[in-house]
Amino acid sequence: MISTMQVVLGTLLAALVPVVGFNAVLTSEHFASFLVFIILHVVALVYYIKGLLTPRLFKVAMTFVLTVGLALCLAVVAILAALVASSPTKGWSGRSLSLLDPTYASKYIPIIASVSEHQPPTWPSYFMAINVLAFLVPAGIISCFLPLSDASSFLVLYLVTSVYFSGVMVRLMLVLAPAVCILSGIALSEAFNVLTRSMKFQRPISDDTLPTAGDSTPGSSSTATITTSTKNANIKKEKMGTISKERSSKKSRKETELVGSSPVRPEKEEKLCVLPSEASAMGILFLIMLCGLYVIHCVWAAAEAYSAPSIVLTSRSHDGLHVYDDFRESYAWLRHNTEVDDKVASWWDYGYQTTAMANRTVIVDNNTWNNTHIATVGTAMSSPEKGAWEIFNSLDVKYVLVVFGGLIGYPSDDINKFLWMVRIGGGEFPHIKEQDYLRDGNYRVDAQGTPTMLNCLMYKLCYYRFAETDGKGFDRARRYEIGRKHFKLTHFEEVFTTQHWMVRIYKLKPQKNRVRGKLKLKLKSSSKTSLMRKGAGKKNPWQ
Amino acid sequence: MATPLRLAALLLVLVAAFASAARADLVVSRADRKVDLTSHIVRVLTSLKVENAGSEPVSKVLLAFPNIQAKNLAAIRAFGTEGKVKGLSSVLPIEVVEPSGVPPELTFFSASLHKPLQKGKILHLDVLTVFTHFLQPFPEEITQADSQLVVFQDSSHYLSPYPVKVQTLSIRLPGGRVESYTKYGNTKLVDSELKYGPYEDVPPFSYNPIIVHFENNNPFAVAKELIREIEISHWGNVQITEHYNIVHGGARLKGEFSRLDYQSRPYARGVSSFRHLIARLPARAHSIYYRDEIGNISTSHLWSDSKKTQLEIEPRFPLFGGWQTTFTIGYGLPLQDFVFSADGKRFLNITFGSPMEEILIEKLIVKVVLPEGSKDIDVSAPFPTNQWQEVKYSHLDIAGRPVLVLEKPDVIPEHNLHFQVYYKFNNISLLIEPMMLITGFFLLFVACIAYMHTDMSISKNSPSYLAKLQWDEVQATVQQIQGIFHQCLAVHDKLETSLHDLSRTGDAKSCKAARKAADAQFKELAKELKPLLLSVQSSPQSYQIWPKLDDLVAKERELQDKLMARHATVVDSVEKKQRGQDIENRISSQQQKIAALRQEVESLLEYLSEI
Repeated sequence: MISTMQVVLGTLLAALVPVVGFNAVLTSEHFASFLVFIILHVVALVYYIKGLLTPRLFKVAMTFVLTVGLALCLAVVAILAALVASSPTKGWSGRSLSLLDPTYASKYIPIIASVSEHQPPTWPSYFMAINVLAFLVPAGIISCFLPLSDASSFLVLYLVTSVYFSGVMVRLMLVLAPAVCILSGIALSEAFNVLTRSMKFQRPISDDTLPTAGDSTPGSSSTATITTSTKNANIKKEKMGTISKERSSKKSRKETELVGSSPVRPEKEEKLCVLPSEASAMGILFLIMLCGLYVIHCVWAAAEAYSAPSIVLTSRSHDGLHVYDDFRESYAWLRHNTEVDDKVASWWDYGYQTTAMANRTVIVDNNTWNNTHIATVGTAMSSPEKGAWEIFNSLDVKYVLVVFGGLIGYPSDDINKFLWMVRIGGGEFPHIKEQDYLRDGNYRVDAQGTPTMLNCLMYKLCYYRFAETDGKGFDRARRYEIGRKHFKLTHFEEVFTTQHWMVRIYKLKPQKNRVRGKLKLKLKSSSKTSLMRKGAGKKNPWQ
Repeated sequence: MATPLRLAALLLVLVAAFASAARADLVVSRADRKVDLTSHIVRVLTSLKVENAGSEPVSKVLLAFPNIQAKNLAAIRAFGTEGKVKGLSSVLPIEVVEPSGVPPELTFFSASLHKPLQKGKILHLDVLTVFTHFLQPFPEEITQADSQLVVFQDSSHYLSPYPVKVQTLSIRLPGGRVESYTKYGNTKLVDSELKYGPYEDVPPFSYNPIIVHFENNNPFAVAKELIREIEISHWGNVQITEHYNIVHGGARLKGEFSRLDYQSRPYARGVSSFRHLIARLPARAHSIYYRDEIGNISTSHLWSDSKKTQLEIEPRFPLFGGWQTTFTIGYGLPLQDFVFSADGKRFLNITFGSPMEEILIEKLIVKVVLPEGSKDIDVSAPFPTNQWQEVKYSHLDIAGRPVLVLEKPDVIPEHNLHFQVYYKFNNISLLIEPMMLITGFFLLFVACIAYMHTDMSISKNSPSYLAKLQWDEVQATVQQIQGIFHQCLAVHDKLETSLHDLSRTGDAKSCKAARKAADAQFKELAKELKPLLLSVQSSPQSYQIWPKLDDLVAKERELQDKLMARHATVVDSVEKKQRGQDIENRISSQQQKIAALRQEVESLLEYLSEI
């Protein structure tokens, strides 16, 4: 009942979010879950009706409902199939399709592939994220299999699917996390169970009397065999633990049912998996230490990897901590020294930051649902200066912001993202061709770079007057000298560059200059111009 | 340029008309003016030697300023000493006056003397005037590489309603280039000091315009608005929060800003900009922070010693002409340094202006937030301000905190004087907020206790309610029964141990005694059990439990019998000196049954306790 409410309410609420809308019911990803939802309710309804009617009536009703219901279902399925088949992607969104086929996005939708969190994770990132749990999970799977119940088989399936998903996209590590936590929790609990039980049963053996004296001998011999392999005993212990748990659970079930066929046996079995107390104490200590280390790792990861803001960069050198606060410097400059309704164009990564921190309207932001917008900005960045000026001017852009890491060696700057701009732009505007920017399939901005590359707006805005810093133009992020060193900007002017040159802001030069030049030619002799000249000529009345 | 010339012409016309009206009985025998142009705030110190040449004693001295200067006048102060020797000077009160028959282009201030100046006596008068927005940048827009040029306009003659016998003017420039200056006879430029005069026997109201065009690259830091919030907490802290909106008030930057030029040649390219501001905070300032709306700004340095705390802050970016930025600094001060009590009243004694050096504040709003419950609020400020009261709500406030707001335009470092806010505050009010929390939590817990102990059901005889009551009763009884059974089990254990002892010591007597005691205990427990069982049986709610309970009683009894029997057998055998093996054989069948029964009893008990 509650889950029904949750599903219905949740779907309705999700539909209220503008971007989601009816996607929550209309896209193919959600069909499976809704199907399960419907089947559950049909089954519940059948049981309810069964309780109301007599068996004979029920049979009649069943046949009736089955025929009608099947017909209806077939009709609905046919309609759905037709709908799904009509869409080119079979109703699946690009992100889900790239889940099913990891190569899909890079082939068809570059904007999805360009996002760093959509890349497949590396092995170190797995270890970084789950650390010790990576070793505990297999043990957890084993202990799920030993008494394979409905619940434990669900867990195993959950783990397997989430491992697959996290392997496709690094952001789906979030899906993996709960599954891994549950399974390693099971493994730990089993291990502790075995170890503590063997500690507990160790003591009574020593002062045991007549009735149990006979049992203690086989028990101790079995422990002796186990102690031979104390080192990798961990998994073994777990196995033993699960065996004993299974038996004990069976035992308790039997006892509650008061069947009581041979109630003495389980105790004997329990004795079988008793470990020597030293080994189990060591095991417990080892496990506690493992858990402690994991806590330390988690705190470290939360502090360093997950909380470190990507907007304020720090580096440690011999003379202490150095802070690179260039992003906020530029956003604060935009906030205070531009008009409130000026529009800023930048690559979409900086859209939300500009909106929030600089309080200025942006052309594209991190909500990447509109591909055309992003492609337009990508095209402008990959065009030569004049074409870019025209595109930006048509978008009413006043300022262009680029992120440049060449001076301090910050790798995730716009030059390294530039190929994605070309790809995304080329996806919508075919005159931008990726091949024009590549020299023999290699992306480079040094002397080997193609003329298209060295002439495009992004190159010019990033490297404007860069060569004058050290005389050579050595790019520290890419570790080579840049291709074109000395050039002038005609349609843009530099208005702000941050302390470490990480953010450079350019202003579009107004069109007025050229118009006035034309006017001057036309009205050379008119009195208006002469008046204007007079006004302009009157420079310093004080001298 | 045009204005002073026209003014001068007008003045000359009017001089004749006014000369008669002015009190000609005062004569300025010497006037020395020193103009300090080193920063963007212009300070003029005028030393006058005033002589009463008339017959009547004079109690007021008039000071005249052209209106264009008067509107930029931020502060004026006069110190006077009578007599030949310069001794202790006293501050003279100054007010704006409008004498009859004066030209409207002039604004007059009158300094009232403490005692009238007698005939023939001499008064030394020092007048300090401070002007803001007096230096006009020219040209108004410069590029990054240019240095900032400003224009200063004044008169080479001291503008006075009285005749001036001897006068000089010296202008201190910040050094650097001097583009041009008006040259008259005896004008000298030595190093960075420009001297006019001495001029002798100048008639009243003579105005002789001069213009100095020079380079001034000192920071033109102007705060468009500064809101200073001073919050008093009688727990021991005065918290000061200052919200600045700073703009570079000099010549505007035109064209590009190139970081390359700025970094490679900071003194040549970007000389007109500034990147540091220094704030001198009071000693013992603590918890200092410097932030803006997008977070902490990490570029600041702090030095402190026992006399002062110096905070050097650097805005996020260097400020060029016309650029602006906002930030907030905050710090805490110990209460005992700033709040004192006198005559049953407390008063706050703190400086009015900003701690920043050489900053001009166009609009300063000082908010003094007094603790909740303050009364009879009164303020004494050394200069006129706009005042009103507000209420601020903070955590756990009921009536709100009274806020006294003082507003003043054009505040300069000279206004950094102490002002006092008097108020009445009872220390008991301090405890209101903690007491409120304590009472709140106390009431919450009381409510919880009351809820747990009261019966909230509406109808007291509905079947479900009655069933619940009965069920509770049954549960209580079952718990008692469980207790009894656990006692029984304990007795069983005792019997077992007595058997162990027997096998070790062979003392049959004590073993028998133990059996007897156990028997007695069993009987007692059975007696106790009976009424409880009856009550459970009679209750209609026990239909689920009763069969189990019944079963349990039967099993337990059987177990007791078996145990006793085994005990008897073992003791018997030991008395007959049989071998251990035989005894074991004899009781082995019993042993198994006992173990099984015990298991069953325990599982039944577990089942009961789970209910």
